Amino acid sequence: MNVNLKIWRQGSDSDKGTLKAYRLENIDPNISFLEMLDILNIKLVKEKKDPVAFDHDCREGICGSCGFMINGRPHGPQKATTVCQLHMRAFNNEDDILLEPFRAESFPVIKDLSVDRKSFDRIISSGGYVSTNTGEAPEANSISIEKEYADEAFLSSACIGCGACVAACKNSSAMLFTSAKVSHLSLLPQGQKEGKDRVAKMVATMDEEGFGSCTNTGACSAECPKEIGQINIARLNQEYISSSLSGFLKKKDG
Amino acid sequence: MTQSNLFSKAPEGELYTKWEEYKGSLNKLTPEEANKYKIIVIGTGLAGASASATLAERGFNVHAFSFHESPRRAHSIAAQGGINAAKNYKSDGDSVMRLFYDTIKGGDFRSREDNVYRLAEISKNIIDQCVAQGVPFAREYGGLLDNRSFGGVQVSRTFYARGQTGQQLLLGAYSALSRQMEKKKVVFYPRHDMLDVVLVEGKAKGIVTRNLVDGKVETHSADIVILATGGYSNVYYLSTNAMASNVTANWRAHRKGALFANPSFTQIHPTCIPVKNDFQSKLTLMSESLRNDGRVWVPKKKNDQRKPTEIPEEERDYYLERIYPAFGNLVPRDVASRRAKEVCDEGRGIGPTGFAVYLDFQKAIEEKGEDFIREKYGNLFDMYQNITDENPYKTPMKIYPAVHYTMGGLWVDYNLMTTIKGLFSIGESNFSDHGANRLGASALMQGLADGYFVVPHTAMDFLAKETPLMQDITDRPEFKEAAEKTKNEIAKLMSVDGKLAVDEVHRELGKIVWDKIGMARNEAGLKEALLEIPKIKEKFWNDISIPGSDKDINQELEKALRIKDFIELAELMAFDALDRKESCGAHFREEYQTEENEAERNDQDYKYVAAWDYSENEEPKLYKEELKYNNVKLKTRSYK
Repeated sequence: MNVNLKIWRQGSDSDKGTLKAYRLENIDPNISFLEMLDILNIKLVKEKKDPVAFDHDCREGICGSCGFMINGRPHGPQKATTVCQLHMRAFNNEDDILLEPFRAESFPVIKDLSVDRKSFDRIISSGGYVSTNTGEAPEANSISIEKEYADEAFLSSACIGCGACVAACKNSSAMLFTSAKVSHLSLLPQGQKEGKDRVAKMVATMDEEGFGSCTNTGACSAECPKEIGQINIARLNQEYISSSLSGFLKKKDG
Repeated sequence: MTQSNLFSKAPEGELYTKWEEYKGSLNKLTPEEANKYKIIVIGTGLAGASASATLAERGFNVHAFSFHESPRRAHSIAAQGGINAAKNYKSDGDSVMRLFYDTIKGGDFRSREDNVYRLAEISKNIIDQCVAQGVPFAREYGGLLDNRSFGGVQVSRTFYARGQTGQQLLLGAYSALSRQMEKKKVVFYPRHDMLDVVLVEGKAKGIVTRNLVDGKVETHSADIVILATGGYSNVYYLSTNAMASNVTANWRAHRKGALFANPSFTQIHPTCIPVKNDFQSKLTLMSESLRNDGRVWVPKKKNDQRKPTEIPEEERDYYLERIYPAFGNLVPRDVASRRAKEVCDEGRGIGPTGFAVYLDFQKAIEEKGEDFIREKYGNLFDMYQNITDENPYKTPMKIYPAVHYTMGGLWVDYNLMTTIKGLFSIGESNFSDHGANRLGASALMQGLADGYFVVPHTAMDFLAKETPLMQDITDRPEFKEAAEKTKNEIAKLMSVDGKLAVDEVHRELGKIVWDKIGMARNEAGLKEALLEIPKIKEKFWNDISIPGSDKDINQELEKALRIKDFIELAELMAFDALDRKESCGAHFREEYQTEENEAERNDQDYKYVAAWDYSENEEPKLYKEELKYNNVKLKTRSYK
């Protein structure tokens, strides 16, 4: 198959980017989308041109490195699929394919399709953990957890932190990402002790990082490659209200 | 008998109490004293993140480096199946002793008793630690933790979180690390490649890094350096490792004097999705846990072109169940891989290339139901379908062995210190506790054991005997010289200006390593490899092209710096495989096999760890650590 690519090329966040056109011919539909980009990059290298920068690593859909917009959708057209798991058979011969980086103020462009998502790490740092030191843990089976809750916590914790939710949201909200971590920990007895403090701090950090507010359109879950559900946002809101009622709501440093 | 000239420094005494007693005897520092020291940790996967978090909790100032943008991207995240621990929750007779023995036997009697016993002991603490952090392990309806079985063992001791155990454990370690980042006890340097280790008066006191975003070559000093930089499977080009996994940090340490042990012990995992075409960039693992319910088979007839569902039961050869009635489909990885190669070499392989075998779930689906299978392996089945466009609930999976893990790595003593003082190596990056073959669900166990429970004690002991630097010493000549050398190397690579993309050279290298130092090796092939690899090296230095600038994100330059080291490593692997004139675990020398095609070990002459030094223009020199077995009897591994 042949494809006509339009790819966003940008040197750094301060540069003004531009779209450039590339055509690839005789592409095997069974290769992955990133393998198609590999082919393009080898071609560019041989022409002594700067290859397209994009983040990727495990190519198994779990590390969360990859992700950019394909024809306006984070990770492209296939449901519940990261870019690295997307295959060319999802496209048609002679398709026009538009590639752009995730667009959000809190995700500055580093180069081409690669963006800086350190803001996500700062949200986690502000409270996305159980405060326990190595070696202090009690015997594992002394904590019994209903399977239902453990399974639900797992589903929240399956978030890969790729940022598709932010890119999908018209307000660039990080609510789905933040709520997945809040939910994961608030569903488990280990995480409940610090629950009120955690949600207050993480929400405050999310706001400080410049992410927009959530208006419950559901676009984030619809585009999430791991299908993290809207229920997480509901749980965060519940935790947040309960936190503010009990006077825990405070600024990150307060 | 071989001549030993390398010693583990494990203390004398009873195996069962050795670690506890030794730990008690080590020097301690209070958090106030620890605060005077700075520690550099390279890599933030399971081993690096757990070590960084724990050392910071103890009061040390940790500077953690990763080439990723976030610690959560490390390749530990992709581990699927599970983590072993001798909890004996299933009351099936498991114990620390049994996990110890299974691991020693699984490694074909080429690992250190003392280390492996310690690992088995610590395994229990790891589960406690992870549960306390909120890792959502699979549970039974009663609310207690669930377990499953893995290859090479007959008990159920593997803890898991669906097919995403590595992800959940890494997110646990990452959360502990994040907590210390918030407390300013850990400073994290994302998108930094370590390109050299700096020695001052014979001790590791710092590193040289390249900032991958702006290209700046920088130096950093510290009281000790810990490498947690993973394995080197990508020397084969195609492997299940992530694209950027590399040997560079370890290789640079090796060039500075750290011995490299058992480099040719590389694990070929039996259940991966087969190679489909020349553009393939990496291989995808299908977790070993699938062998709990999946049955491996090929047609009895050669070149059988029928669809698998059209081949009647009596015309199928469930060869693992046939050859190994006791362990069946759950034989260790090296055995399962070699047997798959054997049936394919006989012409009974399936699929378009003939290099694949079936992994069939039909019986399990009939007996236990599709929902049960979905609950257990759903994400793996989805991944398989996504990649291959085939539905494994309806037709058997096609699988073939692929490189997955490297048992070899930097040689470390009982304290996990390399032969360079003050340079530690943990997790997959060291030559590890797995001998010549690692059992499934043991890599996560080792990474976390080293990081949470071993190196925090041994590094503290080392530091307690060191005067803290208390200042930046990067203005010393050793640092300037190392930075200069790195800059020159980058300039040299940028100036090659040939016609090949570095990936093309890497692919060529990988083919040689796979063909000659892969699942089966022989003297002639290894000698050929030693003639062919230098040609690849020449091609690399004359023909590659790196467009763009080195003062910017340059992913071609990043790859070139890594491939340069892979080429040198490949040579060492060939020397190591040539030296070991026996078959053991994953190292299968065709000249040394029994009549039943099983590995033929030679304990008389090769019961040692082979640790190699580096020299620029001469053949590497071999140092031997004689392995002592006081608590287990050496015997021929049998899974029949």
